[in-house]
Amino acid sequence: MILSAGPSWNPIIDLQQMWSFPFMVNAFRAGTIVAVLAGVMGWFMVLRRQSFAGHTLSLIGFPGAAGAVLIGVAASYGYFAFCLAGALVIAALPRAGPGGYSEESAVTGTVQALALACGFLFVALYKGFLNSINALLFGNFLGISAGQVTLLGVVAALSLAALAVIGRPLAFASIDPEVAAARNVPVRALSVAFLVLLGAATAEASQITGTLLVFALLVMPAATAQALTARPGRALALTVTIGLVVTWLGLSVAYYTPFPVGFFVTSFAFAGYVAAQAVRHTRPRWRAASSEVSPMPTGIAR
Amino acid sequence: MIWPSFLVNALLAGTAIAAAAGLVGYFMVLRAQVFTGDALSHVAFTGALAALALGVDERLGLFAATIGVGVALGALGGRGRADDVVIGNVFAWILGLGVFFLTLYTTNNSAGNGNAGVNVLFGSIFGLNRSEAITAVIVAVLIAAGMVTIARPLLFASIDNAVATARGIPVRMLGYVFLALVGAAAAEASQAVGALLLLGLLAAPAGTAQRLTTRPYSALLLSAGLAVGEVWAGLTLSYTVPALPPSFAILAVATGVYALVLLRARARWHPLRR
Repeated sequence: MILSAGPSWNPIIDLQQMWSFPFMVNAFRAGTIVAVLAGVMGWFMVLRRQSFAGHTLSLIGFPGAAGAVLIGVAASYGYFAFCLAGALVIAALPRAGPGGYSEESAVTGTVQALALACGFLFVALYKGFLNSINALLFGNFLGISAGQVTLLGVVAALSLAALAVIGRPLAFASIDPEVAAARNVPVRALSVAFLVLLGAATAEASQITGTLLVFALLVMPAATAQALTARPGRALALTVTIGLVVTWLGLSVAYYTPFPVGFFVTSFAFAGYVAAQAVRHTRPRWRAASSEVSPMPTGIAR
Repeated sequence: MIWPSFLVNALLAGTAIAAAAGLVGYFMVLRAQVFTGDALSHVAFTGALAALALGVDERLGLFAATIGVGVALGALGGRGRADDVVIGNVFAWILGLGVFFLTLYTTNNSAGNGNAGVNVLFGSIFGLNRSEAITAVIVAVLIAAGMVTIARPLLFASIDNAVATARGIPVRMLGYVFLALVGAAAAEASQAVGALLLLGLLAAPAGTAQRLTTRPYSALLLSAGLAVGEVWAGLTLSYTVPALPPSFAILAVATGVYALVLLRARARWHPLRR
């Protein structure tokens, strides 16, 4: 992005050059943490078909951050407060039954628009803030402090630990909620717990990628991996790998060009998704058909 | 009292846009395609900024992007409606493109255009001039006419897709036409409340109307009427309290009305609830 004539195309020299700047080292550390956390959460989000809820959660961080700046506290607190509260609100909405979906989504859409409108109001009340509105919405990979990286790492470790505890029943409840409920898996509690974890993950990622682009890191690597393999463990590993690769590539390319990192990360991730879809559709028909009928082997929980 | 011309323009455009958004929004909620509307709100941002960056009329980019992507989303999902994950991937990338165009635009026009992105995202209805307002009205009338024309078969197809197909209704085609109309309505609405907030204008009146009546045509008209009333109330509020941006005021009124109706319904459970 700055200061350099261009890449030497020798990866070792280029990396040494990039990492001679502390802000690039911090950007890579933060990007790595966020890519791993968002990848794992995104895998469950795609599995549970909660893209809309995930997207709304990721946008709710914007009024949080804007409000925090307005009252004079650090934006991080605003992100966490609003994303976690938003997760609880969405969890309290009537869960989609057959025919109940249309109302749930109308409410979610309205909440999302109102949250963004509130963010805009806070920004308007806080005069002269219009330049940082772009940083809030589209992220600022290049101004991350070492303290922020530590905070990100701690929250990510806690979230992943919590997810590891509930991961197995959560996967069961996501794939077949009725059978899971019959087996005494607490489906409802798991759903709330997952949304709260998703809120924490989006609050984390928002601080780096901006509220508008978190969703890309959540949905794209996971969707790519699930198009490529039907086996949960492999898909999860692939998701994290894809997330890391696109984040690192995006940061490196953005370093050498005047364009923002969000554009490169989303473009690489989308290219991967399109390639995965192409691979899936050129596979022998019976494999594609069988993977469409059961996206996951249902024996997973037992 | 003499009304300032910006307020007249805003009311003129706002009324027509709200009516179109209310009509389209009703079917969007009925067909559970709110997420598509969400996606198109981000596409509108990219379309407008691409047009600005390339130096053509902003509205051209807006309409081309939303209608084009709307129809493409239908094609991607097959059967005239797209899968959530596909939609999510497509619009996340398109938003990334929008950031690219924003950078391109702001670096090429350093002086005075720093707010372009903000205006596209959050709307500037008080900044419309007379000819822009009249164009918005004409387009809104066309959208409303299109919606009314396909309302009956679309209602049938939305409520019972299989039976409608068996009766020879071109369900797939209707799906595409509807998505094109959603795209046009999204482009219109983003001129009123901005790309990020248009989802509220599409979803809130429609959700409210569906709560208030179970009769489809009444709900359709009610949705349009509510949207118009909410825009009027929002514009008035914003005009009397200048600290409130108009798009926030409109969204706040629309959400408030929806919340009241939901709370009332919760207090008094309705046997015909969907």
